[in-house]
Amino acid sequence: MKPFEPLIVAFCCHYCAYTAADMAGSMRRCYPPNIRIIRVPCSGKVDAIHIMKAFQKGADGVYVAGCLEGDCHFKNGNIQAARRVDYVKRLLDEIGIGGERLDMMTMSAGMGERFASSAVEFTEKIRRLGPNPVKRPDRAKAAGA
Amino acid sequence: MITAERKPIQEIMEYVKPYSRILLVGCNECVTVCAAGGRKEVGLLSSALQMACMQEGKVLDVKEMTLERQCDPEYVEELAVAINQVEAVVSMACGCGVQEVARRFKEKPVFPAVNTKFMGASERQGVWAERCQGCGDCVLGLTGGVCPIARCSKRLLNGPCGGSSRGKCEINPEVDCAWQLIWDRLKALGLEKRYEDIAPAKDWRPSRDGGPRRIIREDLAS
Amino acid sequence: MKTESALEKVLAAGHLAVTSECGPPRGALPDKIKEKAEILRGYVDAINVTDNQTAVVRMSSFAACLIIKQIGLHPILQMVTRDRNRLAMQSDIIGAYSHGIDTMLCLTGDHPCFGDHPMAANVYDLDSIQFVQMVRNMRDEGRFQGGDEIQNPPKMFIGAAANPFGDPFELRVARLAKKVRAGADFIQTQCIYDLPRFEKWMEGVRDRGLHEKVAILAGVTPFKSAGMAKYMKNKVPGMSVPDDMIKRMAGVPKEKQADEGIAICVETIQRLKEVKGVRGFHIMAIEWEQKVPEIVKSAGLYPRPPV
Repeated sequence: MKPFEPLIVAFCCHYCAYTAADMAGSMRRCYPPNIRIIRVPCSGKVDAIHIMKAFQKGADGVYVAGCLEGDCHFKNGNIQAARRVDYVKRLLDEIGIGGERLDMMTMSAGMGERFASSAVEFTEKIRRLGPNPVKRPDRAKAAGA
Repeated sequence: MITAERKPIQEIMEYVKPYSRILLVGCNECVTVCAAGGRKEVGLLSSALQMACMQEGKVLDVKEMTLERQCDPEYVEELAVAINQVEAVVSMACGCGVQEVARRFKEKPVFPAVNTKFMGASERQGVWAERCQGCGDCVLGLTGGVCPIARCSKRLLNGPCGGSSRGKCEINPEVDCAWQLIWDRLKALGLEKRYEDIAPAKDWRPSRDGGPRRIIREDLAS
Repeated sequence: MKTESALEKVLAAGHLAVTSECGPPRGALPDKIKEKAEILRGYVDAINVTDNQTAVVRMSSFAACLIIKQIGLHPILQMVTRDRNRLAMQSDIIGAYSHGIDTMLCLTGDHPCFGDHPMAANVYDLDSIQFVQMVRNMRDEGRFQGGDEIQNPPKMFIGAAANPFGDPFELRVARLAKKVRAGADFIQTQCIYDLPRFEKWMEGVRDRGLHEKVAILAGVTPFKSAGMAKYMKNKVPGMSVPDDMIKRMAGVPKEKQADEGIAICVETIQRLKEVKGVRGFHIMAIEWEQKVPEIVKSAGLYPRPPV
């Protein structure tokens, strides 16, 4: 039995979070390979359905990373994103996946350290929560795995 | 518009329990405007239901469609192509739409995914409030454009009652006293004198109290 | 004289009228009503019986009025539009009159959300003003609200409520004018603590001559405690309690607060006697009926005039 390795999808805004991730790379500041980054022009571009589909396709954890409050390149995209994330958290609670598997993060472009440490923290949290409940072992059996 | 709110997922799961292939139908009008049952909400509910079923080891096949409206038979007909591939229909339209779908596809179980609430208007983004009760005999011309039947908790036609307090209704400090609003409007229009006209007892026959209603336009009816 | 009502007789003779209230029990307990009413015998001219007050189910006002009538006292049938449509109201009115109940108070009624059945459908077929109009037409035109003739129409002495302390204040005199025009014979006001505001309202009432068209009975309620005074001030919509009254109640030790509350009530009545247009008093001592005789005596309103 392989130990559980969480699969994490991170929606990162181009102007801040993605650049911070890049910065972490330049700084040689390691962060877990579990993170799959999806670059978006603004965190506000992330729709509720994108988050839901990520979980439906088996992501164990998802986070949306945007600019610091007041610094969004598109004025208030990060605020919209935060409210949307809250909405989806409640929906995830309702269906038994659990809103704690989803989070909103903010950082500036230069915060490579923050990007990396948040990624580590989140990965550990998801590792403790275990696999996404949609991936039941007997479902894998039923699908002929 | 007609406003609605999605039912709790657990309730919808109970409806779809016996089925593995469903048609989830949205509506592009009222329920889209109040973000309860439009194309976006269909996508979200579909994903939610599938994930809820996956946790129980069940695969739920969801066909997603959004009609222009569900309250006109011409649009409901568009479901005919998909109906035979599914076991049940879950409609995200208001009660009117759900019933039209059920009427057309008599042999398929049809379930509502939203609770239809009221006829209302947007107060601001994301906030809708009740405005009209469909009493069938509109008095808005007399009350400065504020409806005492929909907006007064006691539907007084000669208000306010003794419980009006600082412009709010006694039942809830977040509800405006309709008669305070009416009085403010009458003042703004210079129509204070009208306040003392006694509005006589209402004839509720044009309302739901006269029985389920129908409008027939002779010039349009086929 | 429009009716045989004892209350009308007292007022017509030029006396200050005194009425009080009985809240019916929350069960089939006729003796409870008899006990409460018996306390008031000789101290009041007529007794209001509340109708599912605060939207809490109690023995019906009609039934309790009957019990009071049977022990030789004069009940005032309170009826709210919240629970009955116009058919049931007219039906109960002819029923009550058939038992000799000839005085009633027409009210809208507290919203069901306050009571023990918030899940009930509200009726509100009529509002209180349309209700007064309907009863007046039953009596004077001898016709049902729908137009048909009534055989032996009920001769009810018609009362309505007035709240000089509700918002908006600028409308409160106009609302009284509407009730008078609709046919109210007498008015019972919300309980008065804020005399200046009440006097201001009465000024407006007198300016329009309304005090001569309708008999205004000033409502009073004694405080049982400082806590009750604070509650009335903060939690009851449409009520005005001046701060110095709260201070006065709070400034007295707990065991003396009830007596202080009675004293304030009696003083209020004495002051109200000086207000032109006040034709009597409505003493609402909720669940404290045993204090009414004391209040009536101390306020110089005893004995009641014979009618």
